[in-house]
Amino acid sequence: MSESIIKLENIVKKFYIGKQNELEILHGISLKVSKGEFISIVGPSGSGKSTLMNMIGILDRPTSGSYILDGIDVSSAKDKELSNIRNKKIGFVFQTYNLISRTTALKNIELPMLYAGVSKNEREKRARELLKLVEMEDREKHFPEELSGGQKQRVAIARAMANNPAIILADEPTGALDSKTGRLVMDLFHKLNKEQGITVVLITHSKELASETDRIISIKDGNIISEEYGGGTIVK
Amino acid sequence: MIWENIVLAFTSLKANKMRALLTMLGIIIGIAAVITIMTVGDSLLLYVENEMTSLGANNIMISLQERTDDANKFSAVMNSMMSTEIPGEKDLISIEMIKNLYNKYKDEIRAITVYDIMGSGQVTQGREYANVSIAGVSAGYFASEDHDMIGGNIFSVRDLEEGRNVAIVSSIVTDNLFNGDVEKAIGSNIEVSIGDKYYTYTIVGVYDYVVQSMQAIMTSSYDITTEMFIPYKTSVKQTHNNSGVTNFYIVAKAGVDSDLLANKIENFFDGYYRNNNDYQVVAFNMQAMVSMVSSMISTITIAISVIAGIALIVGGIGVMNIMLVSITERTREIGTRKALGATNSSIRIQFIVEAIIICLIGGAIGIIFGIIGGRIAAGILGYTTSPSISSMVISLLFSMATGVFFGYYPANKAAKMNPIDALRYE
Repeated sequence: MSESIIKLENIVKKFYIGKQNELEILHGISLKVSKGEFISIVGPSGSGKSTLMNMIGILDRPTSGSYILDGIDVSSAKDKELSNIRNKKIGFVFQTYNLISRTTALKNIELPMLYAGVSKNEREKRARELLKLVEMEDREKHFPEELSGGQKQRVAIARAMANNPAIILADEPTGALDSKTGRLVMDLFHKLNKEQGITVVLITHSKELASETDRIISIKDGNIISEEYGGGTIVK
Repeated sequence: MIWENIVLAFTSLKANKMRALLTMLGIIIGIAAVITIMTVGDSLLLYVENEMTSLGANNIMISLQERTDDANKFSAVMNSMMSTEIPGEKDLISIEMIKNLYNKYKDEIRAITVYDIMGSGQVTQGREYANVSIAGVSAGYFASEDHDMIGGNIFSVRDLEEGRNVAIVSSIVTDNLFNGDVEKAIGSNIEVSIGDKYYTYTIVGVYDYVVQSMQAIMTSSYDITTEMFIPYKTSVKQTHNNSGVTNFYIVAKAGVDSDLLANKIENFFDGYYRNNNDYQVVAFNMQAMVSMVSSMISTITIAISVIAGIALIVGGIGVMNIMLVSITERTREIGTRKALGATNSSIRIQFIVEAIIICLIGGAIGIIFGIIGGRIAAGILGYTTSPSISSMVISLLFSMATGVFFGYYPANKAAKMNPIDALRYE
């Protein structure tokens, strides 16, 4: 195994609803993901997998525990640094695509590069390359509403790739798609993983999709209950 | 980055054109009102200055007034104009006093003009008529006043000395009575009714009366009352008022400080009126009066502009309101942007720029409407002025400031959104 790109250690997340009600969602999760790995996190709703995804995507801070992403200790970083790390290290793909509706496909892909301070010419050049990568080069001037679900998701994946992130974090990326277009999107992840060596973390509730990945992490009630490598299952 | 934000602001405004326009409306109305009022103020200023300097900027007006404690000469004049009190014969400025004054300050006085209003009347000839106010004037009146003669002559020395029944009328009178034939009017006799008395005068001169555009819109030439001049002695004869006048003018010689002369004149008359408990004589030069009126108009203009500026605050609140709505609507977008690496400050800047753009466009449209409104209003006054560049720049800066001020709170709210909550927002 090569070096770990994600290293979660004993992550605990508590929510406070009112003063008295303390709710612990994650009970000390430890997880390592290697560079170039394609893993999936599965679990029923309410299992804490979304919270775990927020932790991995540093959209939220853990209550305790440490998180090292691509060699950077993010558990102690400030808000502004977190924005920067999200921008450079993580590519998000959402179930609902979350494209900016008033701007074209090309501009959507340029967005992370805009926040990274890439020049206009370079942004456009890179965005076109990415559109080509997801086979959407003829749609650069289209607005999100003019695209089908599968096309939108491909644009979203291209956007996630914009700053050459260390990982792609995909939250139910096929959840809103029919099985055929869902298949195309999954194929795209496999392609990016194999050809570009991108680390992919897929959050899903579908065992079927999960089974395509190198490793399946199952979560239940805020704990990792099993890790499954290709064939064998290691039950914790 | 700023440029991208500007482009972004425009795209989001384009997405909601109607809403953007309605939001801008408050700003548009505020700025347009301020610009219009300032233009009208400028125009009014020009109007007053022109009117008053046409009376001769270097002239000194000496007038009889009720005694007052008011230190401000101008308001004292205003008060005495409003007053219905009629000075008795013993109070009037006598011709004797004026002669003495002239003898004392001969070296500084170029001309003395007596201007005695005899009354209002109607000039008739056949069925045609024109309204006039009749004033008896002395020699020198036409030297100090700005009247453009288009036919005939001003009064001759003999006209004035002998108190002949001659008159100088306005072009309105010749338009109405002689179909505008000035040549025919000269030498013609006209009958004038003042109250229940009739007088006959021979026209010796015609001056051009420029109809102001406001008058042209609102009235016909039959409704306009113009001045008709007769020699002072004639008016004294006809009114049998031999005792004096309420006001007269002095034209100072070139190089004489008219302010100083006005003070000397006041002191001179103080000798006569020291023991008069009801009346006093004041003298001031036109220039001083012009600057007094000007500063008064400026103050009023600024005051009204400030009131109009309140519309801007209301407009700004409208902008804030719509920004808050827009941020709620775009919660997911904000969450997405944050996930993609937008920092709090870049989100804040995005929305502040949007608010500024709304206000700037509103301000620019407001300026255009203000210019149009100001032109129309100033056109009616007859003195067209354009708003100054500085007032436009200030308006734009002010609308920009409105954008920053009222955009900051919503933008900050957006910036502080928690990315997870924002992403989850339905």
